[in-house]
Amino acid sequence: MNDLILSVHGLARSFNRRLVFKDLDFSVAAPGSLAITGKNGAGKSTLVKILAGIASPTKGRVTYTADGKAVDADALRERMGFVAPYLNLYEEFTAWENLAILGRIRTGTVPSAEQIGDTLRRVDLWQRRDDLVAGFSSGMKQRLKYAMAILDAPAILFLDEPTANLDADGIAIVETVVRDQQRHGILILATNDESEASWCRERIHLAGRGTDARP
Amino acid sequence: MNALTQTAALVAKDVRSELRTRYALNALLMFVITSVATILFALREDPASPEVLGGMFWVVVFFSAMSGLSRIFVSEEEKGTALTLQLIARPTVVYFGKLLFNCGLTLILTTAITVLYVLIFPQFTVQSVPIFAATVVLGSLGFASAATIIAAIIAKANTRGTLYPVLSFPILIPLLMTVMKSTARALAGEPLVSALGELQVLVSYVLIMTGGSFLLFDYVWKD
Ligand SMILES: Nc1ncnc2c1ncn2[C@@H]1O[C@H](COP(=O)(O)OP(=O)(O)OP(=O)(O)O)[C@@H](O)[C@H]1O
Ligand SMILES: [Mg+2]
Repeated sequence: MNDLILSVHGLARSFNRRLVFKDLDFSVAAPGSLAITGKNGAGKSTLVKILAGIASPTKGRVTYTADGKAVDADALRERMGFVAPYLNLYEEFTAWENLAILGRIRTGTVPSAEQIGDTLRRVDLWQRRDDLVAGFSSGMKQRLKYAMAILDAPAILFLDEPTANLDADGIAIVETVVRDQQRHGILILATNDESEASWCRERIHLAGRGTDARP
Repeated sequence: MNALTQTAALVAKDVRSELRTRYALNALLMFVITSVATILFALREDPASPEVLGGMFWVVVFFSAMSGLSRIFVSEEEKGTALTLQLIARPTVVYFGKLLFNCGLTLILTTAITVLYVLIFPQFTVQSVPIFAATVVLGSLGFASAATIIAAIIAKANTRGTLYPVLSFPILIPLLMTVMKSTARALAGEPLVSALGELQVLVSYVLIMTGGSFLLFDYVWKD
């Protein structure tokens, strides 16, 4: 999936009568990154969910192209990573099982033991690979979400509140992931933290109603 | 090809999760045992006719299926994994994965009830095994496909507990009436041809329910 481009045209979303955002137009091309900033309730999470295809916009559309051709949702899904507080993993499975099982559901092929092992080492959960996620601390769960997101080297990676619950080492891991991702693919990061937003090359600010996009 | 292995992976995930948590299985089996025991106590004095027992058989299936099968989507919603699933799997894979799992669960359920019934009630004599077997299998598939789509709908609603029986009853009335009639024929020992009408209704019910649910599922599953 080369030269992936995400484009957004006239995007709007409202809940009942309340408008969250409208008239969003922007595009991000690989390699590249976009930070979505705004206050609590500005619509950052709503926007990333729509971009990732797990929520629908009220108006407008989100399109993906690779090598100039449209990418369908199913092909994209296999090449997408997403870390967010509202995306949980299975507590009744171990860290290893989560990656093996969810990886197989995502792509149809079982990830190799090497691939799973390397990913778990990257997020520093190797020692705890056979423990149930139910017994994980919230920071460890967040690390495992990163492992799941980067397991198949995603073409596009969405991060919502990227450093939630993470310690200094965890934040360093996130910074590496962020740097790698914007070198090879697309990174979309939603945050209200200025220093996290500065990791990205471009920025869009959601001001509650309407938007004010800054390059 | 890919979609098939993904569906298989989802079913395997649900089976493993179920074996580990016993969430649905325990609820189902407890329900079966208590309701069959209640029928046994109620009918102790005067032995019931096979027709009454046949009807009771499906009453037990109805209530235990309705209590256990709704878990399939509600548990994902409660654990906060529904969005994760939506992210990694296409709706078709989710629908058929969940449907297959529910079919397996319902077949285990009806088999367990059949065994209990045969052991406990001497009047429950299945004279025509082919009719009975076909009815139980098709009836199970019917219950499973209806339960799957209703579970998907109510998982998104706030009033989960009460909505399920309310929504499911009207949808299941044609199924219940048909399986009861067909079971009565099996108990009376009628030849297979006489139940052909009912079996056709059951096959149509399963196909229509599955096809309709499949079309509806995209809208239900995505916010
Ligand atoms: N399911 C929903 N039903 C109704 N309103 C919703 C729903 N989800 C979000 N909203 C509303 O949409 C607006 C944006 O919410 P969103 O979660 O996108 O904000 P956010 O920018 O991510 O905030 P935070 O910084 O707190 O994470 C809020 O006003 C919220 O109330
Ligand atoms: Mg948010």
